[in-house]
Amino acid sequence: MSDLNILLAGFGGQGILFTGKVMAYAGLMEGKEVSWLPSYGPEMRGGTANCSVCLSDNKIGSPLVTNPDVLVAMNLPSLEKFENDVVPGGIIIVDSSIIDKKVARKDVTTIYIPASEIAENAGIKGAANMVILGKLFKETKFCTPENLDKGLQKTIPARKMDLLDKNRLCIKLGTEN
Amino acid sequence: MADKVLMKGNEAIAEAAIAAGCRHFFGYPITPQTEVAAYMSKRMPKIGGVYLQGESEVASINMVLGAGAAGVRVMTSTSSPGISLMSEGISYIAGSDVPCLIVNVERGGPGLGGIQPSQSDYFQATKATGHGDFHLLVFAPSTVQETVDLISDAFDLGDKYRMPTMILSDGLLGQMMEPVVLPEAKEPTDSKDWAAKGHQGKRKHNVVNSLYIDPSELERLNRERFQKYEKIKETEQRAEEYLADDAEIILVAFGASSRIAHSAVDMARKQGIKAGLIRPITLWPFPEKFIEKHVGHAKSFLSVEMNMGQMVEDVKLTVKDRKPVRFFGRTGGIVPTPKEVFEQIVKINGGDC
Repeated sequence: MSDLNILLAGFGGQGILFTGKVMAYAGLMEGKEVSWLPSYGPEMRGGTANCSVCLSDNKIGSPLVTNPDVLVAMNLPSLEKFENDVVPGGIIIVDSSIIDKKVARKDVTTIYIPASEIAENAGIKGAANMVILGKLFKETKFCTPENLDKGLQKTIPARKMDLLDKNRLCIKLGTEN
Repeated sequence: MADKVLMKGNEAIAEAAIAAGCRHFFGYPITPQTEVAAYMSKRMPKIGGVYLQGESEVASINMVLGAGAAGVRVMTSTSSPGISLMSEGISYIAGSDVPCLIVNVERGGPGLGGIQPSQSDYFQATKATGHGDFHLLVFAPSTVQETVDLISDAFDLGDKYRMPTMILSDGLLGQMMEPVVLPEAKEPTDSKDWAAKGHQGKRKHNVVNSLYIDPSELERLNRERFQKYEKIKETEQRAEEYLADDAEIILVAFGASSRIAHSAVDMARKQGIKAGLIRPITLWPFPEKFIEKHVGHAKSFLSVEMNMGQMVEDVKLTVKDRKPVRFFGRTGGIVPTPKEVFEQIVKINGGDC
């Protein structure tokens, strides 16, 4: 993998920023240049939350991802807002348990995964983001499995470390589905 | 070497200031800067420091003046409208020759403007942060690591020259996370022999003041201060050059927009266009020497900013009509894309603008 620009988007509370941070930390463990930039301000409250992550072998120019190689869409407004920005040949990952709509573009690889359903069936409601992360990891191999796990450990705050294995399980389910 | 950690620019500002021995923070929250104050409010009480949220920016900057006059390392942080409110106090601080660190995490203006990243306070930071004849030493970092490194320098140089210093950041650099290595912590000191603090009657008392009713005394003090500024212009200019030595089109950009300009230069080089970048790290003093070096071989200059064209005036003052100086910017909280900047380079290269 060389450069990878990722845009993660969904509702506030879906763990969009957290997912981005796991990726950024995993990239750091991998020895990459990394950046993480959240959307901030009123759009965070009730609307869409999104987060730009850049992983690169070179110095990162703009940390603001306007044309992602990978778009993760965890709600319909996000898919509609960013679908046309994805670079040709890029990847769109859609949480199909939340979004009914199909991606219209033919020049990108679209992956539909019922992430929320998978997480809920595994008894970990609200961990759809980790299922998606597993899928994203499988499709792009943006780091080694070891570094992904290190990224996860770095990102989970100490007081929530009891959730580490549940998050690991959801990542695993993402890679298998 | 310490471990690299991912930190938000704003949190890194706070942690770097603490590492530099700052134990006094006065401020008032405002987006997109609030994490600096939030972080300080958590950390300061644990390390014996002072975190105090004033009732306004006006109050906060005057608390900074008081603490600075007593000789301690002190800072405040705010975003654009907050600096306007603080401008009177900043002028008093400069007039009193008190060192302190002022952080501006810029947002779009004028007025309440917006909350997205901007660089539209360049004029304010470098020309007239308040009334009267004075300057601040102004640093413009372009990464989270550089923000950390410059904070320590800003405190040290502020003490050395007895003047207020500013870190001019913006919403993009403040909100983004990048890997940083934090410096080793310095212990706070308050060994300033001019400071107005308790002396148990053992020496003559010090006065820290900016009021001089006698015009000839005020003129003398202003002239002395400007002699100091001349020395700073001579010794403290900083900039980073990127592919500038053989460049025909030289971009000039600072802070967040310099990152975009850097990418645009790379795109231009891939097309065989000789583009380069000069990135001012000090905005005051403006790094004239770094521009001057390249006026001979450059065919033209392009100032790239997140405003309607402010630093471009300093580039023009330096280039002095010897070469064309152009401007490209986005404003209101819009961050330019590398492609937009690249298109400007292509246009200039084609000679049709």
